[in-house]
Formats: sequence, structure tokens, C-alpha cells
Amino acid sequence: MRETTAQEDLLRGIWRENPVLVQLLGLCPTLAVTGSVDNAVVMGIATFFVLLGSSVLVSTFKSIIPKEVRISAYILIIATFVTIADMVTHALVPDIWKALGPFVPLIVVNCIILGRQEAFASKNTVWRSTLDAVGMGSGFMVAMLIMGSVREIIGNGSWFGIPLFGGHYQPWIIMILPPGGFFTLGFVLLAMGWKKGREAEAVRPRRWPHGVTTEVGGPV
Amino acid sequence: MSEQELPMAGDAQEPSGNAAGEGPPPAPRQIEASSVRLVTTLSVAGALAGMAIVVAFQYTKPRIDANAARELAAAVTEVLGGAKTYKTIYLEDGKFTAEPRDTAGLDKVYVGYDPNGQPVGVAMEAAEPGFQDIIDLIFGYDPAKGDVIGMKVLHNLETPGLGARIATDSSFVDQFNDVSTPLIGVKEGQGKGGHNEVVMITGSTISSRAVIKIINDRLTAIQKPVDAYWSTIAGTSSTGQQSATTSAGRTTSTSVAPVAAGAVPSPGGGEL
Amino acid sequence: MRDLFWIFVSSMLVNNFTLVLFLGLCPFLGVSAKVATAVRMGMADIFVMVITSVTVSALNAWVLPHAPYLKIIAFIVVIASLVQIVEMVIRKVSPTLFRELGIYLPLITTNCAILGLALLQTSKGYGFTEGLVYAVGSGLGLTLALVLMASIRETVELASVPSIARNMGLVLIIAGSLSLAFMGFAGLFSS
Repeated sequence: MRETTAQEDLLRGIWRENPVLVQLLGLCPTLAVTGSVDNAVVMGIATFFVLLGSSVLVSTFKSIIPKEVRISAYILIIATFVTIADMVTHALVPDIWKALGPFVPLIVVNCIILGRQEAFASKNTVWRSTLDAVGMGSGFMVAMLIMGSVREIIGNGSWFGIPLFGGHYQPWIIMILPPGGFFTLGFVLLAMGWKKGREAEAVRPRRWPHGVTTEVGGPV
Repeated sequence: MSEQELPMAGDAQEPSGNAAGEGPPPAPRQIEASSVRLVTTLSVAGALAGMAIVVAFQYTKPRIDANAARELAAAVTEVLGGAKTYKTIYLEDGKFTAEPRDTAGLDKVYVGYDPNGQPVGVAMEAAEPGFQDIIDLIFGYDPAKGDVIGMKVLHNLETPGLGARIATDSSFVDQFNDVSTPLIGVKEGQGKGGHNEVVMITGSTISSRAVIKIINDRLTAIQKPVDAYWSTIAGTSSTGQQSATTSAGRTTSTSVAPVAAGAVPSPGGGEL
Repeated sequence: MRDLFWIFVSSMLVNNFTLVLFLGLCPFLGVSAKVATAVRMGMADIFVMVITSVTVSALNAWVLPHAPYLKIIAFIVVIASLVQIVEMVIRKVSPTLFRELGIYLPLITTNCAILGLALLQTSKGYGFTEGLVYAVGSGLGLTLALVLMASIRETVELASVPSIARNMGLVLIIAGSLSLAFMGFAGLFSS
């Protein structure tokens, strides 16, 4: 793996290596709590806090944590921050805390967080790990915002609870129901695949017949 | 699997470890000195984690409790019309009492009092499966008339825009402000004008019927002891019964019943 | 009120862990390419869930009333240890399965379905029996979702789909359709 610059550490998580949209990590909360932007943002902030706190602690103490128990130590650190995040959310925004259900405590098993500790914070300086955590946390936030906005605007005709379309809009309720979560992320990924395909084509134009035929693929 | 990946992770770390001046030795040394060091590290980490959590707990607990108490007080007030304070009573040995031996695991309801200290009704929580999942609600019951005098859905996961209207559709919710028991659900336009009829939401019949069933079932189960308790307080008027202001009283109702606020142990405090 | 049959049906179909509650998506998307693997993954899940449920009942009864703030740490520590044991057993009993499940076996620790079960069982106030029924129902629901998904993916494998859909996009849209179908179970067993 080549060396990265500080700027890359910060920026790559936001889009190019977005933990949710590109790496497909932490999908459970991305699908489960994005029925409204409010919930999505609170979830994003809580996850950001846990990721940042854990990364700073893990990178600070990386040299004194024995390798054999490092995963247990990481989980302990993460679980502590999650417990604090859970209690603070409960105290400050009880309604949203209730709506998020088990998903605030479930941050503890969010692959993004343990993944960043193992892949980055345990090998890099505190400063770089902080940048990385901020970048990845923001990337998670971006994904939550995209998902939450699409679902709430289409599914409820509002954004942050503010009605957008007046009374004439008939909301597509399905979008804020569970299937809507899968569909939204599915279409976001299709769009990203399409964009990637176009970029690749721009580099090396080619004609390739498969993928155009629809007689079998159609009903799928 | 993860064990097999360890060496790789270690290899990757080595260069930076070298730079820090403590690179080469750790690998063998760690394996030998492990057990003591592992236990020590995890114990220290555990102790620190515990401390951090307890500190956070101390800071957030009062706020969480206050929120819960405020929410409950608001719900009780809403379903009991004019109630200003309420008192928690517990079902012990088939009878309701304000001071059970131990509150843990006991069924409880809330008796609401108006500003003059007159009991206005009993609020009770109930929950049963609805269309998607459990519906939690609280409703007010007036034992004097045998009527339901208010209903509020506390938590539901019914379909937004359809079943979830049991919580938000005022034309449905308001029907519970004055209706005789046992309730009967009727479809729109098919009512016979009875005082115990509730018109169900078109397109959300299952959720509507569930709400009605929840209230009926709850009343069937505890109407007798509630009525019995009511008859003991209804005649006593303002003799100081209401002075047992409850957990809500900590924030809102001290002005209403200052008489003996300290004389009766607060049920809210007793629960902790 | 807490009718065991309702708990079972609700956790398996109406509130299916994967398709409705979005718990355990990693294995659902990652280990659902082959039916045979999906079945075994599901079995492992049911097994771990039952153990988890029993443990959580014990924790809820004797430990957590005294230290409610340790809930998350207690659950994660106990569950992680349990999964380690299961991992060792599976490594010993079926190396093939162990190889096939790849990184997902260690990741059962960080599987939201397991911790989710622990948290939901607690927040719903289920005791020992109810918790057990809930765990079996949820585990079966998870397996059902996995197997359905794997069957569809095995079929789609040979289909010619647009190249942009050759990533997770297609899988997620299939999942959405399945989720849509599972919405039909709502209200099935209510009053």
C-alpha cells in the first residue's frame, strides 16, 4: 500500500472511498433509520462521535495494547463511547432516541468503526487517525443524508419535517417503509455503477454486446 | 481466520514501529509476557471504561428521568382532561394501593386529580399486537360514569399514512374523549348512534380495531379493582389524598399540593 | 397478551429481522450467493441466537438490574465470547463450511442480528421462554430470508443483466422486492 497524504486521509472517506456507498459497510443503520432526515442526522452524529473518539484513543494507545487482545480492547473502547452516545442521545433527543430503537447501541457492531481501528488507527499517528475518522465519519454522514433526503422527500413530501410540496403531493409511502430503504440504496448504487461505467468508457471506448440484451434480464 | 491475518497486520506495522524505536523486539516479547500483560491491559481498559460510563450515567440520568416523567405527566394530563396532578397506584394482591411493599413487577395505573384535589379519572397504559407490531397506548377511564375519556397512542410501528393514523388522525382519536365501555368498532356510515361506538378509520380497520380491543381487554382485566379503589377515594373529596403528588410533582405540581408533599414517599422515588 | 405464537410469527415473518428490521445485512448480502451456504449460515445464526437469548435472559434477570449502564458492554462481551466458541466448534466440525463462510464467521461477532436480538429482547421485556421463542423465530426468519435471497441470486446468476447492475445494486433491488413481499404478512395474525 502506498503512502497517503494527510489531505487524502481526510478526503477519501467522504466520497472516493465512502464507507457506505463504495465499501458497503454499515448498511444496517443506513437502511434502517433513514426514513426521515432527522433520524438519519442524529444517527450520523452519534456514529461520527463514536468513530472519532475510538480512533483517537486507539491510535494514542496503540503501542501499549497487546496484539493478542487488541480486538477485545477496541470493542471495549468502542462500546464505552457507544454507551455514552446512547445515554446522551436519550437525554437530549428522547423522541428521536425512541425512533432509532436499537440502532444507537448497535453502532458498537458497525463494521465501519471496528474496520477503521483495525485498518488505520492501529497503525497511524493520532493526527492522521483523527483526519481519517473525520473523513470516514463525514462519509457516513453524507450517505445518511443522501438516503434520508431521498426517502423523506419522496416518501413523505418533506425535508427535516418541513413540507415541500403543499397539499397536492401524494407521498410514496413505500419509500419510508423497509422496501424503500433497499430500493433507494439499490438505485443509488446503480447510479454509481452507471457513472463508473461511463468514466471507464471515456478512458477506453468499447462496444460490448452483453448487458444490452434484455430477453432474460427483463423480468428480473 | 482473524488469527491468520494477525501476522499480516503485524508486518504492515513493523516499519512504523521501527521508526518509533521499539519495532523489532515486541513480537517475541509479547508472546512470552502475554498473560499477565493481557489481563492487566484489559483490566485497566475495563476500569477506565467503567469509570467513563458511570460519569456519563451520572450526568445524563437525571435528565433522562425528568424527560420520562414529563412525558408521562403530559400523557396522563392529555387523556384525563382536566387533571393537573396524578398519583401512581399499584395492583397488589388483586387490590390497588398507593403504597405497596415492593413496586417491582406490579401492574400500575395513574389516578389524576384536578386543581381542586378532586379525582377526575384513572389513566392506564396498555399494549397488544396491532397490524405490524405492538401498539402502546394510554387511555383515561372515568369509573364514575364507566366511560373512556381520552386515548393517546404512545408508540406504534403501523404503516405510515394508513395504520399510523390511529395516533394522529384527530377524527379517530377524539372519539375516545367520551365513549361508553365496552367499546364497539363500527365502519364509517354503519354506526347505529350508540354511545359506545367508535368509527374506525377507512383503510386502517385492523389498526383501529386493535386500539379498541386493547382498551376493552385492559378494562376487562382490571376494571373491578380500579372501580373498587375509586369508591374509596371518590367520597373522601379533598382530604389530602391528592397530596401524594408523584414523580411529575417534582417538576410541575408542587404548587398544587404543597400540603403533605414530604409526608408520603414519592412513588417515583420508590422505584429507583 | 404476550402470546408465544404471536411472538414466533411476528419475529419470523411480520417483523423479519433482515427484510423489515434491517438487522444482519452483512451475511444477507455477502453469504447469499449459494443456497447451500445460506442454509448453513442460517443454522449457525439460529444456534448463536438461541445461546444469546438464554444468556441475555440470565443477564437481564441477575446482572443488569444492578448496573443498567453496563448493558451494551455486557452484551457485546458475552456475545463475542460465545461466538468465539461457536467459531472454534465450527472450525473443528466442518472445515468446508468454515472456509466457505470466510470472513463472515468472525464477523458474526459484529453481526447486528445477534446484538440486535439481545437489545430487542430486553426492550420488549421478554423473559426466558418468550426470549427463546423470539430467538428461534428470528433465526428462522433470517434463514428464510437468506435462502430466498440465495435462490433468487442463483437464478439471476445466469441471466443477462445490464452491466451497471452487476454490483450490489441488483441484489439490493431484489432484497427490496422480497421486503415488499414480506409486508404482505403484516396483520396476518392480529385481532
